[in-house]
Amino acid sequence: MIPAAFDYEKAGTIDEAVAALSGGGKILAGGHSLIPAIKFRLSQPDKLVDITGLAALKGIKEEDSEIVIGAGCTHADIAADKLINSKLPFFARGAGMIGDLQVRNHGTIGGSLAHADPGADWPALVLAADAAIEVQGSEGKRRINATDFFTGLFSTALQENEIITAIRIPVPAADTKTSYQKFVQPASRFAIVGCAVMRFADGKTNIAFTGVSDNGFRDSSAEKALSGKAINDATIAEAVNAALQDVRISGDHFASEAYRKHMALVYMKKALLAVA
Amino acid sequence: MSTTNGLIGKSVKRVEDKRFTTGRGNYTDDIILPHQTYASFVRSPYGHAKIISIDTRAAKAMPGVIAIFTGADVADVNGVPCGWQVNFKNGDIMKEPKHPLLVADKARHTGDAVALVIAESKEEAADAVQAINVEYEELPCVVDASKAVQNGAPLVHDDVPGNTCFDWTLGNPIAEVDEAINNSAHVTTLEFVNQRLVPNAIEPRSYNSSYDSAYDRYVLYTSTQNPHLIRLLMCAFVLGIPEHKVRVVGPDVGGGFGSKIFHYTEEALLTWATKKIGRPVKWTSERSESFLLDAHGRDHVTKADMGFDDEGNITALRVKTFANLGAYLSTFASCVPTYLHGTLLQGLYKTPKINVDVTGVFTNTTAVDAYRGAGRPEATYLLERLVDLAAHEMNMDPAELRFKNFIPPFDGVKQPGYQTQVALQYDSGNYEGVLKTGLEMLGYENFRNEQKEAAKNGNLLGVGISTYIEACGIAPSAVVGALGARAGLFEVGQVRVQPTGKVSVYTGSHSHGQGHETTFAQVVADKLGIAMEDVEISHGDTESVAFGMGTYGSRSLAVGGSAIVKSIDKIIEKGKKIAAHKLEASADDMEFADGKFTVKGTDKSVSFGDVALTAYVPHVYPKDLEPGLDFSSFYDPANFTYPFGCHIAVVEVNKETGKVVLKRFVAVDDVGNIINPMIVEGQIHGGIVQGVGQALFEGAEYDDNGQLTNGSYMDYCMPRADDFPMIETATQVTPCPHNPLGVKGAGEAGTIGSTPAVVNAVIDALWSGGHKVKDIRMPLTSERVWTAMQSPNS
Amino acid sequence: MSVKIRVKVNGAEYSHEVEPRLLLVYYLRDVLRLTGTHVGCDTSSCGACAIHLNGKATKSCTILAVQANGCEIATIEGMARNGELHPLQQAFNECHGLQCGFCTPGMIMTAADLLQRNPEPSEGEIRYALEGNFCRCTGYQNIIKSVQYAANKIKEEVIV
Repeated sequence: MIPAAFDYEKAGTIDEAVAALSGGGKILAGGHSLIPAIKFRLSQPDKLVDITGLAALKGIKEEDSEIVIGAGCTHADIAADKLINSKLPFFARGAGMIGDLQVRNHGTIGGSLAHADPGADWPALVLAADAAIEVQGSEGKRRINATDFFTGLFSTALQENEIITAIRIPVPAADTKTSYQKFVQPASRFAIVGCAVMRFADGKTNIAFTGVSDNGFRDSSAEKALSGKAINDATIAEAVNAALQDVRISGDHFASEAYRKHMALVYMKKALLAVA
Repeated sequence: MSTTNGLIGKSVKRVEDKRFTTGRGNYTDDIILPHQTYASFVRSPYGHAKIISIDTRAAKAMPGVIAIFTGADVADVNGVPCGWQVNFKNGDIMKEPKHPLLVADKARHTGDAVALVIAESKEEAADAVQAINVEYEELPCVVDASKAVQNGAPLVHDDVPGNTCFDWTLGNPIAEVDEAINNSAHVTTLEFVNQRLVPNAIEPRSYNSSYDSAYDRYVLYTSTQNPHLIRLLMCAFVLGIPEHKVRVVGPDVGGGFGSKIFHYTEEALLTWATKKIGRPVKWTSERSESFLLDAHGRDHVTKADMGFDDEGNITALRVKTFANLGAYLSTFASCVPTYLHGTLLQGLYKTPKINVDVTGVFTNTTAVDAYRGAGRPEATYLLERLVDLAAHEMNMDPAELRFKNFIPPFDGVKQPGYQTQVALQYDSGNYEGVLKTGLEMLGYENFRNEQKEAAKNGNLLGVGISTYIEACGIAPSAVVGALGARAGLFEVGQVRVQPTGKVSVYTGSHSHGQGHETTFAQVVADKLGIAMEDVEISHGDTESVAFGMGTYGSRSLAVGGSAIVKSIDKIIEKGKKIAAHKLEASADDMEFADGKFTVKGTDKSVSFGDVALTAYVPHVYPKDLEPGLDFSSFYDPANFTYPFGCHIAVVEVNKETGKVVLKRFVAVDDVGNIINPMIVEGQIHGGIVQGVGQALFEGAEYDDNGQLTNGSYMDYCMPRADDFPMIETATQVTPCPHNPLGVKGAGEAGTIGSTPAVVNAVIDALWSGGHKVKDIRMPLTSERVWTAMQSPNS
Repeated sequence: MSVKIRVKVNGAEYSHEVEPRLLLVYYLRDVLRLTGTHVGCDTSSCGACAIHLNGKATKSCTILAVQANGCEIATIEGMARNGELHPLQQAFNECHGLQCGFCTPGMIMTAADLLQRNPEPSEGEIRYALEGNFCRCTGYQNIIKSVQYAANKIKEEVIV
């Protein structure tokens, strides 16, 4: 597979990258979504702006009661990170289930979020964690709440000249429980359905899905059915009844609409039981 | 079997491994020739479309472009041929529409080649392909074989009415079989699809063809399983080039599984084009092209009825199959659903009446041909699903029902071979033996108790048995000739003893993973009583190997190995004359053992090495004997070989999701004598995983527009390391009575036996939970299993 | 346009002008003529092209050569040291972990990454680590055994 020709620019700083974007470039992060697309010539950008290795996009730290994950962190970085494993264990688990070992070594969280594949794992995770996506464009930096970020099939609130710089998650209290449950598409290893749950000590429960529809989403009806209540068979049943209202469920070769809906509920149940 | 130095029967580590583990294998795409050019294709994006116009002007002007060819340029060149003639029931010859090197009139499947671009680099070739503008007029498509024969279906070839390539029948007269079915106490009926598979050898097909005008000679490097066969088909049938002017080399080949048997259009087209441009041309398939071009496997739509008397004895079998052949007739496409499928429907059972009826059908899909097992997996699937379902329906134990119906043991020596109702005569067998061993290894009775306990707790465990037989060691030329083969199926083995006693062996068998360089060397070293290191096996080059029919149908050792043994026998016979002369004895008094020629009853002997040297330095030498010690033999087998075995799968089905997890897999295979148990076990493992792939993961899906909707690894589910438990294997040995090694072949056994075992296990699991499901369409995806459990009938 | 890159491959330094669209796998195969790294698919699925980029298993069909600028690369050709095969190379022979050999370099490179991070992997961990490497010949069983064998061998060597 030979991509169409393009120009290449390696950005030395985020500002340089943003400037290059304004000139019609496309960001190359881990490249594990973009390169397959350019190989098939589904995408034929004039210029790639390489941000791999930008130190400013690397690193995972705690700062101002937020966990900050650099957009350039690879899935493998996140899966192995101590802070993530102790404070956001479902991020580590989810990251460890993406693609395969080699893909996790290069694919980045920022690249995955920007690409917004309907079966990607990150959307459910960042949604359930109340994350904000920090982006930088020619107008400067801004934060986009995860709940506002995913706008449709392969589309996000990211403007054309913006780059994701970090994912910021409020540090959960020590007694917060999380779970990510994924029913894997057996060929691609994307999620047919993925359900991420974050359960706080006060009973507040965040429930987010990926794979189920064109884009990841929080299920506020299911959350309402459970929040503040104990998790037991009865409340789970209420959540199941409430879930997936007004959601346009996807259907494909691997899972019809009906089966995907069924599986979303089964996997939500699993996730809820795991945080009970 | 007998051994001189313990090499036969030993798990010798493979001698070919080092080049592969160090990255120094030499696959076709690794080869870059001086002045190399690169080919890329314009391919039809439509399943069926008239080509209105092709505009190559912009592409021709692009940098690096050397030549562009379209269907018009090769209109006078023959298409690629089919190697097996099947006749209609009325005696008419099957329909063989031309398979052109590039299509000019219309594209008949997605991926059909419309134009060839040759450029200085891969990049420039790809860029030019994108710049070629083809105007198409889409035509209606037909992708399903049973629909393609209906009135009014779109015609794939305008001159093939009803899209019917042939209709064909075998076995007892249909009236007799109908009557036996009608009089049966119980009839089990299944209508099912044996789905289309994509072979997916991990090395994509690759060709590199060159022409030397000074010598008027061609060299074609090709990822093939049978270089001589490719040379014969390409030279004699397609291009009309004299064979002695063409060298075909199949270097290291990264897996075949049948898909690299066939003579593909690109091989001939590149060889045609290299002379036109005067430079070597190379093409390597992209994986997405492989999905659309490498001949697919299976794709049968079948209705079958099996009758039983009130004691569970099989009374008759009736089979009607529509076999999808795709858009063109591939090299062996016609024999797979007929002579490799219909002839195996006796299975291991005493079934007294059998009739099989097969219609071969063209559709707007990729050509279908032999894929690991080729016809025999389809036959085994049909039989083993029917028997297992019958046991469930009649409330009998599936193992018991099989024992009741097995053909009793016979060795083919003291007891005669078993004559089936469907043309074949089995060589030797002990079918109850493999099932007994399999049940013991599994702990069958314990499992049934465990299953009952699980069911009480709402968990679905299932066990599935499959017992299979296959026809391998392909094949006695006269027999297959009478059945329509247009080639002999012998094999050639040359053994050249060098003056120093080292041995070079040239075999027409081709190794692309089977380990011939090891196994064949074991045979030669053992028979000659010399060290493995003193033997080297060469294959894959028409220049060094006299002739060959190649590797498929688990034939290499049974046919190719036997040819080598014949040459060894000639060497020993001549060696005895040389040794007798040296020892001043009579050749009749000589015996050869442990690498020495000895005068019987004495201690007078001469070593193999001495004899070799004498053969090439014939100073003291028998008067009428030619110098040298070098023999070539053609071996044409007396019969097919018939490996058999028993595969048992244990699965757990998740009630909530339908997901199937393979918990255990037990395989007992009888492949006759075994030269290298490690390699046989490896073949069995690989075959099983491929067969389980069909049961649980794989299946090509076409939409009504002729688009392959899962033509990539992101959508076509390949079996992976984390899908399997450790497979438990054992072997039984019933030697083949008619070849010198007593071997039967092991390459396809795993694929043939495993698929129905897994499907039977899933069905058994569902029945244990009260879901009396007859069939689930393969692959048994979670959704299909879950849906089956939701059905009100279940 | 073309871009100058410098890379260190199996310990040797190279510098070439390359087109930005050149995939790393084709740089290795066609420019450096290290043909042990193979191409088996076009969707980053099969793992036949796996190499180490700065020590990490990488599908070289999904990285541009220009992205590897300044990096250290190891390929199957560099696994043997001083004429001695890497324990994984020995193990694949010992346990019959290969048949046609096409997937083998990728398998070995991926398994080497696993064993660096996890010297004593369980059977399940090995199977999971190799999910991005397809083999159509072996049914994976003897590949798993090869990795187990190599892990034991490396452990023994460390103890000695």
